[in-house]
Amino acid sequence: MLETTSRIRPLAARPRGSGAPGRRWSARIRPAIGYMILCLIALLFLSPLIYMFATSFKPPAEIFSVPPKLFGSEFRWQNYQEALNYMPFLRFMGNGLLVSAAGTALTLVVSAFSGYAFSRQRWRGRNLVFMVFLATLMIPQEVLIVPMFVMMQKVGWVNTFQALIVPWAFTAFGAFLLRQFFLGVPQELDDAARVDGAGTLRTFLLVMLPLARPTMAVLAVFSFISYWNSFLWPLVVINDVNNLGTIPLGLQMFFGQQGNQWHLVMAASVISMAPTLLLLILLQKHLVKGIVTSGFGGR
Amino acid sequence: MTLLKPTKAPLAEVEATISRGRAKRKAKAEPDAQLGRRTMWGPAFALPHGLGLAIFTLLPIVVSLVISLFRWPLLGTPSFLGLGNYERLFSDPIFGQVVANTVLFVVLYVPLNLVVSLGLAAWLTPRIKGRHIFRVIFFIPSITPVVANVVVWRMLYQPGGFIDGTLQSATGISAPNFLGDEHWAMMAIVVMSVWQGFGYNMLVFSAALDAVPENLTEAAAIDGANAWTIFWRIKLKLISPSIFFGTMMTLITSFQVFAQPFILTKGGPGSSTSTIVLYIYNQGFQFHQLGLASAAAWILFVIILGVTAVQFLGQKKWVHYDA
Repeated sequence: MLETTSRIRPLAARPRGSGAPGRRWSARIRPAIGYMILCLIALLFLSPLIYMFATSFKPPAEIFSVPPKLFGSEFRWQNYQEALNYMPFLRFMGNGLLVSAAGTALTLVVSAFSGYAFSRQRWRGRNLVFMVFLATLMIPQEVLIVPMFVMMQKVGWVNTFQALIVPWAFTAFGAFLLRQFFLGVPQELDDAARVDGAGTLRTFLLVMLPLARPTMAVLAVFSFISYWNSFLWPLVVINDVNNLGTIPLGLQMFFGQQGNQWHLVMAASVISMAPTLLLLILLQKHLVKGIVTSGFGGR
Repeated sequence: MTLLKPTKAPLAEVEATISRGRAKRKAKAEPDAQLGRRTMWGPAFALPHGLGLAIFTLLPIVVSLVISLFRWPLLGTPSFLGLGNYERLFSDPIFGQVVANTVLFVVLYVPLNLVVSLGLAAWLTPRIKGRHIFRVIFFIPSITPVVANVVVWRMLYQPGGFIDGTLQSATGISAPNFLGDEHWAMMAIVVMSVWQGFGYNMLVFSAALDAVPENLTEAAAIDGANAWTIFWRIKLKLISPSIFFGTMMTLITSFQVFAQPFILTKGGPGSSTSTIVLYIYNQGFQFHQLGLASAAAWILFVIILGVTAVQFLGQKKWVHYDA
């Protein structure tokens, strides 16, 4: 049953020339060619990143050689040293880490509570409020940027970390994702906890939350990545890039000033990609599952 | 015995129905009792999130509408304009071109994204060895910082850059100046954006295709349908809800394109690649006209709402939910 997909092709091909050696050969060679084309497409797809990686080790004079070469005459590790010295990239990393971690923590806390309230608590107006939550997903961030900036001005948050962290932690996506998860948990678990004498808060914290760990992890990774990569809002609300900049902001500024020092820009780009790339490789199974079950990622 | 059976059976059934009904009523009654006792927990749990959304999404949307009715400098006092900002936008040929550019981007980008993501999702069937690795590879640019992605592409597109250099050494002809030529710049941005963005849709479509029941495709194959027909006639129909969803999300996000033109072309040459969000950013935070920027943002919002509504109305024609 499980291998039916692989059975389809021989079934369809058989009546035309069953047993002829040429046919059988082509049935074997065709998937191989297809596979090779797929590999070529993947390689072509990766080529910008490979090129970036290779360029980040090239001596500056050899970057725009004709014909382009993948590797320079030497492997220049100093590019990274110089890129790190030229701009406070480690600080950008630290800032990004702080902002992303705090934002993710806030997202997880509020989403877990609301996801639970929308799935396993009965209260008047629940569905209406949930509809309003979902409707906010339709509002593009760009429409909020100007009024949000004015609000930040009024409360004196321009040029602060909290301006980067707080406004975007309340996306309805988290409530949606966790509600989906909690809806699938059997009611008996609540009842059992109640029989054992646990109140609502205890049931939620000690029984339900530990169960939701995988979903929380998916939400955490999405949230972290979207904070880490966020660009337009930091560009608007942070002026003091040297001290408060995150990675994309720092990279952008670095690029503006160093437009012709491509070897440094590429080294900086490689550094900026490393954390999310690492997350993807480590957690690809969960991430893919999260995208697939929820239908959309943290864009 | 034989006589008793028929009478006993309905009786048992009646009993069962009654007790089932009782159980149902009980199950219904219990949450109601809960509702009486614990009604404060639900709203209390949802409150922090709801408050956050109210302050940081619902309030700004209203504030945005208010700001758009003012001449609102970055620093200094705002003055009321009424619909002046909107009038200015509608009569400004630059804004007209910005909207046209954005629509052009959407019209080029969305179909390309869908074709590429659907094509690759269909190709990466469970038969393909290492399909998970391929999926991860195609997804990489979706999660790496868009600024870094764009910076690399700038290097590929640049005269003397990778594409130009390769072409020159292979054929002796130099490539067009992709980013400096009005006819090429938007295409260059579209290609880069497809490269960066189709991974999400590919994953969603791929999962939907995996969920197509095998007995359906198998039956069709036995009836003599080839792989091509099976894909077009059966699989595509069955995954149409995913395609609908993917199309809608892609449409919405593609109207918001910003980082690509911002770093690749700065909207140029001329204003041939300036998009609505780039315009919002420039007006608001370069020229300090927050009112005008807000009005432009609201026009963007209305466009997105309109396109989404049209999508929803059109879905009945091609989306099949009865799987």
